Amino acid sequence: MTILRRLRGRLIDLLVVITGVSILVFAFIRMIPGDAVAIMLGANAEVTEDRIEALRIRLGLDLPIHEQYWNWLTGVLQGDFGVSIWTGRPVIEEIAGHVWPTLQLTFLALLTAIVLAIPLGILMARIRGRRGEAFVQAGSVIGLTVPPFWLGILMILVLSTLAPSLQLLGYVPFGEDPLGNLQRLFLPAFALSLPILANLARLLRSTLLEAMQQDYIRTARAKGLPTRRIFYKHALRNAIIPFVTSVGIMAGYLLGGAIVVEQVFAIPGLGRLILGAISERNYPLLQASILLVTCTFVLVNFTVDVIYTLIDPRISE
Amino acid sequence: MSGGTLLRRDPPRIRFSLYNVSLVLVVLIAIAAIFAPVLAPYDPLGQDILQRLKGPTGAHWLGTDELGRDVLSRILFGLRSSLTISAGAVAVALFFGSILGLLAAYYKGWADRIIMRLMDVLFAFPVMLLAIGVIALLGPGGFPTAIAIAIVYTPIFARLLRAPALVVATSDYVLSARSIGASDLRIIVFHILPNIASVILVQVSLLLSSAILVEASLSFLGLGTQPPVPSLGMMLSEGRNFLFLAPWPAVFSGLAILIVAFALNLFGDALRDGLDPRLK
Repeated sequence: MTILRRLRGRLIDLLVVITGVSILVFAFIRMIPGDAVAIMLGANAEVTEDRIEALRIRLGLDLPIHEQYWNWLTGVLQGDFGVSIWTGRPVIEEIAGHVWPTLQLTFLALLTAIVLAIPLGILMARIRGRRGEAFVQAGSVIGLTVPPFWLGILMILVLSTLAPSLQLLGYVPFGEDPLGNLQRLFLPAFALSLPILANLARLLRSTLLEAMQQDYIRTARAKGLPTRRIFYKHALRNAIIPFVTSVGIMAGYLLGGAIVVEQVFAIPGLGRLILGAISERNYPLLQASILLVTCTFVLVNFTVDVIYTLIDPRISE
Repeated sequence: MSGGTLLRRDPPRIRFSLYNVSLVLVVLIAIAAIFAPVLAPYDPLGQDILQRLKGPTGAHWLGTDELGRDVLSRILFGLRSSLTISAGAVAVALFFGSILGLLAAYYKGWADRIIMRLMDVLFAFPVMLLAIGVIALLGPGGFPTAIAIAIVYTPIFARLLRAPALVVATSDYVLSARSIGASDLRIIVFHILPNIASVILVQVSLLLSSAILVEASLSFLGLGTQPPVPSLGMMLSEGRNFLFLAPWPAVFSGLAILIVAFALNLFGDALRDGLDPRLK
């Protein structure tokens, strides 16, 4: 019963947050100083009263604000995110054309981070109190704070000097050239993953150390279980729950970080689309991109939270 | 694995030495940023085309960029502008975040619900995306970058302060202060705030570290500090165009970002361990 109540509570939270995000993103295009319509036309050669009026009506900006929100929201829910100011194509098509490189990059970075963070975190917990701990500790903070775009540039510099034949920049779809795709995405994914790798490893270390202090570990010790078994079976299992939760939070960092890393490696993903939209003042495109990426992030966290609720025995009791 | 002890209970005081290292670094960085005009050997904007794209020499310790500007001087001034923007942003976020978090904790009920839901909504945006949205609104530049970072960090402080303030607000000494007629404001400022100061200090240090990285990312994308004002992220992005001719500007400016973020993060970390009584 409590588990259902908790899930219902999370669902209400989710709806409130998504509604809030949608209001904010909607308000965003209206908050642009000056007349957004004139600004949008501004980059074009001619700005006439007629053109402003025509665009205003086309965008539905002559209606009362709540009606505008309602029209926009119902459109969005039906998959209509408006049309690009410049190309006249639906923005959703432009986003769909750029979303795959970003999703693949984000996914690869997350995978790299998780795969490496578990052994590293265990190692960091195991060397606690030994010589060299300070260096590992400092190393993990370096991992946490190294700018991914700088790391990417350094890797390009070093690798293209060592192996000039290697194709490091750009993007080819996985379906066309799987090997070339992975070869090009390996470096950006690694650069992007390093801060979350460090973050997850540090988290695992501290939760492991905390778990080792618990009563059930002492009980396991008292009944004579081998230390290795205590560590891997009892402590690690319990330490993995907060680890899973923070993987969801990392998704937000990854989606943001990808924007910057894509620039370094010339990957035609959402980052390039969003930056292009800013310089072209293509506000409908920007609005839709921010809304979609944020909602993805919120939904990922919601899913992680639901999984967490379902697997954590302390909550389901 | 040695014998039966897998994890030793009492680690030696290595945290202390890391704390010292980070403290020295933070002080050095602050001095470098504050005294940049005195310390910089050259004008950060002064061009010397004949000396362009040179590696480190006795005259230019960290080399020169594509316009012959001294990289060391530009890094010192870049540090100054990056730190000003980040510190300003964190200060503004701390101010508004504290007010909102304390109000929510102190008044509870509807005020709490409305404030925290608003914070949840802001918190739902990925940091870089919200910052980019704010900059799209205000236009690129150092000031919009600071505002953007401040907006992003406000919910973090609000959440951070609300939880301990809730505990403190129901504690005996707040009750006794109220019973002798202390005003709400007095209780918040003189009784609740000092009790959660250590938590705030740690978070300020950690957020300053990530603010440096966000500012550098935005400047790297050309959305932050605008030329000719030097900034670390912009130097990195300019240096990228000449990476194979002269890697120095890109390498050193990125290294500077890393050192600053590293020092502040380590400092916050050490501070947290030092202040947390449970870890002693």
